[in-house]
Amino acid sequence: MKKLVISIVLLNLLAACASQKPKETTAAPATAPAASSAPATSATTAVDALNDPKSILAGRSVFYPFDISVVQDADKPLVQAHAKYLSENAARTVKLEGNCDERGSNEYNLGLGQRRADGVQKMLVLGGAKTAQLNSVSYGEEKPRASGHDEASWSQNRRTDLNYAK
Amino acid sequence: MLKLLSGVLGLLMLANVHQACAALTIEIIGAGENQIPVSLVPFGGDEKLGLAINEVVSDDLQRSGLFRLVDTTGKSPHEPAEVKYSDWQLRGAVALAIGTVSTQANGRIEARFRLLDVVKQVELVGQAVSATDGQVRAVGHRIADLIYEKLTGNQGVFSTRIAYVNRQGKMFSLIVADSDGYNEQIVLKQSEPIMSPSWSPDGSHLAYVSFETGHAAVFVQSLYTNQRKVVADFRGSNSAPAWSPDGRQLAVVLTRDGSSQIYLMRPDGGDIRRISFSGGIDTEPNFSPDGQTLLFTSDRGGSPQIYRMPVEGGAAQRLTFAAGNSFSPRHSPDGKSFVFAHLSGGKFFISAQDFQSGQMETLTEGGWEKKPSFAPNGKLILFASEARGRGILATVSSDGRVKQHMFTQSGDAREPVWGPHL
Repeated sequence: MKKLVISIVLLNLLAACASQKPKETTAAPATAPAASSAPATSATTAVDALNDPKSILAGRSVFYPFDISVVQDADKPLVQAHAKYLSENAARTVKLEGNCDERGSNEYNLGLGQRRADGVQKMLVLGGAKTAQLNSVSYGEEKPRASGHDEASWSQNRRTDLNYAK
Repeated sequence: MLKLLSGVLGLLMLANVHQACAALTIEIIGAGENQIPVSLVPFGGDEKLGLAINEVVSDDLQRSGLFRLVDTTGKSPHEPAEVKYSDWQLRGAVALAIGTVSTQANGRIEARFRLLDVVKQVELVGQAVSATDGQVRAVGHRIADLIYEKLTGNQGVFSTRIAYVNRQGKMFSLIVADSDGYNEQIVLKQSEPIMSPSWSPDGSHLAYVSFETGHAAVFVQSLYTNQRKVVADFRGSNSAPAWSPDGRQLAVVLTRDGSSQIYLMRPDGGDIRRISFSGGIDTEPNFSPDGQTLLFTSDRGGSPQIYRMPVEGGAAQRLTFAAGNSFSPRHSPDGKSFVFAHLSGGKFFISAQDFQSGQMETLTEGGWEKKPSFAPNGKLILFASEARGRGILATVSSDGRVKQHMFTQSGDAREPVWGPHL
């Protein structure tokens, strides 16, 4: 039991770590996908862990350093948790949306964003998700979350979003 | 210098007047070294039409940076017999444009135009230029092309068109406009991004990337019928369309087999074959004018740089080695050099490199400058820039001397590309 508590605490720590990075800036439209997808849960069904704001699954974004497309260590538990969830919920599908900061050509960034999304997809499949549940796309630098020409904005824009179908 | 300054100021004022009735403001920075002094007498006949044409021709020639307009006050010859050459020699003009314009019963505009050599006192060119109702700017651009060609020996590009994407809030528009940014036509407007417009060599079609199906797909659209067709819509991203010089092939970038790689296909989407084989991102293909080689961007060496390879596939050669990253290569029309966007020290610059010498030249001061493309005569380069917090279109002369900013009325202009001679 003690072990279990410890591992839950650890998980929460990791989740906090993943969702705190990077810091929010005022420029960002701070709409977390988790908030918008939390519906009024029906009383008859068990609570879907995906809708639990305290679950690690509430984190839906993976962030990257400049021109890097490999999932960073800090975000791996998040991706692994989603892989497990998807493997246990075969009916759920998720769109993986790769994004980039503006420091590249639009076309290069489209390729980089695709590589980011594909990297998350690969990790999800390794963790037990089925390819049919996943659809990876890239928006390159076309849909920035923050629009400043600075690292505060760029760090927000270098990410892959896990966008679950309703 | 004072003359030059007042010329620029005059133009700025003119440009401000334009803003009220058109979509653009134009600013010019710098000037060519040896400007040709020309006098443009507003055409006789329908004087209002004559003034409108004169304004278009004046703006075109000044924008090129190669001409200085000599004052015509007090003199208004319209026929060669009315020209007193000594008047114009005194004012320092080497060439004089005169003519008349009229509107036909069917609404057609007809201008009769002559360019006279003031020094040799001979006619350099005389031509009738006509256009359908309302095409005053087209008449002006054609006359400016004739003057430019006669006096510089190079083909004019004032009658050509450009394409770009305008982003306004969450709306994206694909726009085709005259080379000076006027006469905008919306080809496509939607709430999903549009990228990478590319002209067919005959100017009849645009290929581009649209996200309307939820991911990047390549479309080809006729500019005459507006009919459009998805030509690449595979898994992941489909992008970076580029036409071969004969118009029979499109190079595109697909991720259907993994990372972004270059493929060739027919413009209708048929006969797809992969030609690049790296584990990295290969993108932004651009055909050489002879159709034999492709320039492209690749990060196969660890950072995005410019490479060249045979069109039918084979070994690629890295071309850019300067510190920083390089993107978006495009051949010059003569095939001797290429332009590209160079990211260095946190800024994007427009740079050019000679194939033979490997010498790189930076043409701009740097900022947020991306996506360069040559005018079909190779004398100007159009690119995306930023000023006053907005995306704008900009041009720089191929020698880096004359720069021009074009402000659209609203929104961010991006992804510009210069179209072919029609």
